[in-house]
Amino acid sequence: MTAYEPVIGLEVHVELKTATKIFCSCSTDFGAPPNTQVCPICLGMPGVLPVLNRRVVEYALRAALALGCEVEPASQFARKNYFYPDLPKGYQITQYERSYAYRGHLDIEADGTSRRVGITRINIEEEAAKSFHGTRGPGGAGESYAPPRPSPDSPESAAGGGDEGEGYSLVDFNRGGVPLIEIVSEPDLRSPEEARAYLIKLRNLLLYTGISDCKMQEGSLRCDANVSLRPVGQEQLGNLVELKNMNSFRSVVRGLEYEIKRQTAVLEGGGRVARETRGWDEGRGATFSMRSKEQSDDYRYFPEPDLVLLRVDQAWLDRVGAEMPALPEARLRRMTQEQGLSEYMAGVIGADPLMAAFFDECVKLQGAGAGAGGGEGAAGVGGAITPAALANWITGDLARLANAEGVEFDALPVGPEHLVDLLRLVDAGRISGKMAKNLLEECWRAGQAGEAGQAGQAGQVGKAEQSGKDRPVAPLPSAIARGKGLEQVSDEGEVARIVASVLSGNGEAVASYHAGKDKALGFLVGQVMKASRGRANPALVNRLVREALGARS
Amino acid sequence: MTPLLAASPSITALTAAELRELLRRREVSAADAWQAYMSRAAALDPALRAFLEIAGDTPEVPGAPWETHPLLGGVPFALKDNICARGLFCTCGSRILEGFRPPYDATVTVRLREAGAMLMGKTNMDEFAMGSSCEHSGYFATANPWALDRVPGGSSGGAAAAVAADMTAFALGSDTGGSVRQPASFCGIVGLKPTYGLVSRYGLVAFASSLDQIGPLTKDVTDCALVLSAIAGHDPMDSTSARVAGEDYTRYLVPDIKGMRLGVPREYMGEGIEPGVRAAVERAVAGLNGMGAEVEECSLPHTEYGVATYYIIAPAEASSNLARYDGVRYGHRAGGARAGATTGAMTGAGAGTGAGGDLDLAAMYERTRSEGFGAEVRRRIMIGTYVLSAGYYDAYYLKAQKARTLVKQDFENVFARFDALVTPTAPTVAFPIGAKTADPLQMYLNDVFTIPVNMAGLPGISIPCGLSEGLPVGLQLIGPHMGEPTLLRLAYAYETASGIRHPRPAAVNAAVAAAEAIRAAGGVGGVAK
Amino acid sequence: MPAVSAAQVRHVAALARLSWDERSAPKLVGELNEILAYISKLSELDTADVPPTSHALDLRDNVLREDEPRKGLAQAEALADAPDSEAGMFRVPRVVGGQ
Repeated sequence: MTAYEPVIGLEVHVELKTATKIFCSCSTDFGAPPNTQVCPICLGMPGVLPVLNRRVVEYALRAALALGCEVEPASQFARKNYFYPDLPKGYQITQYERSYAYRGHLDIEADGTSRRVGITRINIEEEAAKSFHGTRGPGGAGESYAPPRPSPDSPESAAGGGDEGEGYSLVDFNRGGVPLIEIVSEPDLRSPEEARAYLIKLRNLLLYTGISDCKMQEGSLRCDANVSLRPVGQEQLGNLVELKNMNSFRSVVRGLEYEIKRQTAVLEGGGRVARETRGWDEGRGATFSMRSKEQSDDYRYFPEPDLVLLRVDQAWLDRVGAEMPALPEARLRRMTQEQGLSEYMAGVIGADPLMAAFFDECVKLQGAGAGAGGGEGAAGVGGAITPAALANWITGDLARLANAEGVEFDALPVGPEHLVDLLRLVDAGRISGKMAKNLLEECWRAGQAGEAGQAGQAGQVGKAEQSGKDRPVAPLPSAIARGKGLEQVSDEGEVARIVASVLSGNGEAVASYHAGKDKALGFLVGQVMKASRGRANPALVNRLVREALGARS
Repeated sequence: MTPLLAASPSITALTAAELRELLRRREVSAADAWQAYMSRAAALDPALRAFLEIAGDTPEVPGAPWETHPLLGGVPFALKDNICARGLFCTCGSRILEGFRPPYDATVTVRLREAGAMLMGKTNMDEFAMGSSCEHSGYFATANPWALDRVPGGSSGGAAAAVAADMTAFALGSDTGGSVRQPASFCGIVGLKPTYGLVSRYGLVAFASSLDQIGPLTKDVTDCALVLSAIAGHDPMDSTSARVAGEDYTRYLVPDIKGMRLGVPREYMGEGIEPGVRAAVERAVAGLNGMGAEVEECSLPHTEYGVATYYIIAPAEASSNLARYDGVRYGHRAGGARAGATTGAMTGAGAGTGAGGDLDLAAMYERTRSEGFGAEVRRRIMIGTYVLSAGYYDAYYLKAQKARTLVKQDFENVFARFDALVTPTAPTVAFPIGAKTADPLQMYLNDVFTIPVNMAGLPGISIPCGLSEGLPVGLQLIGPHMGEPTLLRLAYAYETASGIRHPRPAAVNAAVAAAEAIRAAGGVGGVAK
Repeated sequence: MPAVSAAQVRHVAALARLSWDERSAPKLVGELNEILAYISKLSELDTADVPPTSHALDLRDNVLREDEPRKGLAQAEALADAPDSEAGMFRVPRVVGGQ
């Protein structure tokens, strides 16, 4: 039986987080009431003209630099003509024959091997508006997220094929005209896992550049795939299927896996894979045919006469490069060489820019608080919370909580100040490591409860976007500990009193200790801890019990 | 003397500059000027049908320096209906935009308002500026004030007729292939197409973006310079706007052209030109020579390809520019609006509009566009779509872009030797209404002398140079890139020397009489909607 | 250039979202062919070494806007001329396909 090899290329659309739209001065803020961030230009009214946003170009150039692309000295915008209610002008302004960046690459690791994936080109273009579909009247309109629009996905099938039942759609142009870049890869990927690795690496790289939120669920990062199979060893590509509607990393993997199985079955059954566009149905876990290539669109591209050539000289490119935040490699070096993190730890943090930003903030807070916090009872420890200790907590307990709840590091219910506060308690010997773990969870839950309360007050905002800069509302761990009397008792006199009381009430155990049974020591220490409701400093208890017993050492 | 004109018969006969002078001396008030023009427009419009909409009241423009602004304070004007003005309809002469009121002003509208000019209304045009006779308006045809059974030219026909008949002091039109100059020629007034980029296109409803330019239609050359001074100059809202500041163009109005080198392209004086037109242009050329200009024949060898090139590029851009008329956000929608929904005016042209909102999306698009666009617009959308479509792009569109380069190079070559070119504006005088509507190609060929100027983005001006068969003949002067100063000086010198300045059509008197008859019979006023 | 067929014209009408009317089709096909025959005159020209012109003028500088928000239209203004609207949005016949 012939073995088949999948050949995969990805087209990724990324929304740039500029303050204004690509061709007009409307705000791009998320969550405003419908059609309130619009103007004659982004509504495509008669007579209006586009003017390019400088920051869009600079963000696009950051992406090109991060992906090692060659930037063209002159590129051109073009009109891609098709009809769709979310496309106000009847054409999308994009780049076609003359993109601004070509020939980049991204190195990925998957299945234990490393591979260089080619970037064919990057285009600058405008986002489509958002459609809501419904049949039940006001309020009942169920949103169906516009599929990876405005990539070429199905306007023709909409108009050509007739109706699919009754109903209507509602269009909100707030999102129309938000800037996008389209990153087209070479067909260099060979498995769904590689596709996933590529996407995650790409997302992280773009997060580092600061040009996008890259949230697949919210649509600020979207992925279409081209996938074909060929017999292993064959050079020529098989018939290509374009795959759309994959709204998470997971669905990209599932969609590709399904599609590879489907195409394998077709080929093994002696059939031919049809060239077509297929959509991924997350609910059914299957792909479905959207339209065949025979119905392929004719977009009638031509140079956009309302815009001039985009020219980028070396000086501008250098300026953009200088303003760009440090990329992962530079950051990794700093973590291992200056901050004392292990290669492994630095790798984990460096792979997730949101986690890395959290880490950086912790390090900064820790440094700032070291002098002031050293007063009370903490003499000798000197506020020495090392970056490694912080990294340990971040990649350990915090990452575990975040994974369990499915939240990203820019939206945790606890902030860097909570973690630093917690570690100061541990460092000062006021709580034990075990207490710290519990306290962190408690703090986490308090933060979640606070968020829910805020959202409730804000009314319809719902799960509003959580800017990483917003301070979480959870109380600090030290405040919780104080409030609950959780703080560790390190006062020698107080612990000594408990020890005396426990020893006097456990004559048998004391006797058996003196009879040579060392195990009794552990029992007595445990009883003291119990009597202190776990608050006594264990090291101190241990010492005082031994002293009181006249311990053999 | 009719009662209507008795109010202030002299005011409307004045040019904008003359009126401005009286306003400055406070011999006339802005309200007098407004009243005089509004009365005359109301009186003549039933016969000429130049306006699509006449403003109701004196426009309230907060802070407008009426009467005092040195440029155009207190001077009434009109806009071609493809230039946006907040508060007025903007239909582009199309049923598909019936009832549409833009929520913004075009840059030129802002600039004229800031200069104190007062907007009287919007003038008729060929639908989306596609036409050379104003007969392709989706509403009605406009008559030529010189002969009511003839076309005023197009597409800015309503604007030209209104200025020629003194229904407004000046107007702005748009010129994509001759749409300011050709109607100026047919109506005996001055029409300028500025250098591409000199006047902002923001707020001009696009026909062919790489060719469109807004230009003034005025009673004489001085007014042309005055209006250009108000509207020219860089606009950050238009990416194709030239980086030049506006200036006072009246300073170029010097009646001295001694030593100026003028070329007469032989391709523009060949076959197909009416003898009367040729004679008038030859007289004008001789006159310019007599005034001290050096006149010499020259050649623009790719002229014969101009029209073909234009009829690929302009429809291609138009097919895309007109895609936004889809019945979603404004304008006409087939099947009408759903009952109870917010709506603009929906009285449509269309036969077969069904019950509200029951069309599927594909049918809604197709019926909206087929009902809303007239035959000529549909024809050009078809051509444009075809030449851009897969498999034909290289043979038509790309080829035309290359031919455009050749046309442009022709001009660059001659402007190495000449300060300006002198040609007829159109091969004919105004033709009878209906004469060319059956043959689209014959209509297109009427623009043979104006189109190449748009292809090259150059300035061109049409000024009256006499009559042929009692109808005005236009003389076109073409300048190099940003050559407006040369053109205005040349035009002003010719106007001064020839004495041909704002010739009055005798037919207007007949039109006034006709208007009176309509009024006497209890007919309607001049407002189109 | 070969003449366009009715089928081609019909395809172009579909691309342009113009309805196709069998009765008036022959006239339209005839007109389009006449115009296409005329514009095919360009095939006479040797343009092998001629660069295309897409702008009338050489516009050499970038034209860019600063990324500063400005107030646009109110919702009511945006929807003022809408043939149909609901819940602050433009209402259209159901968009099918894509989902």
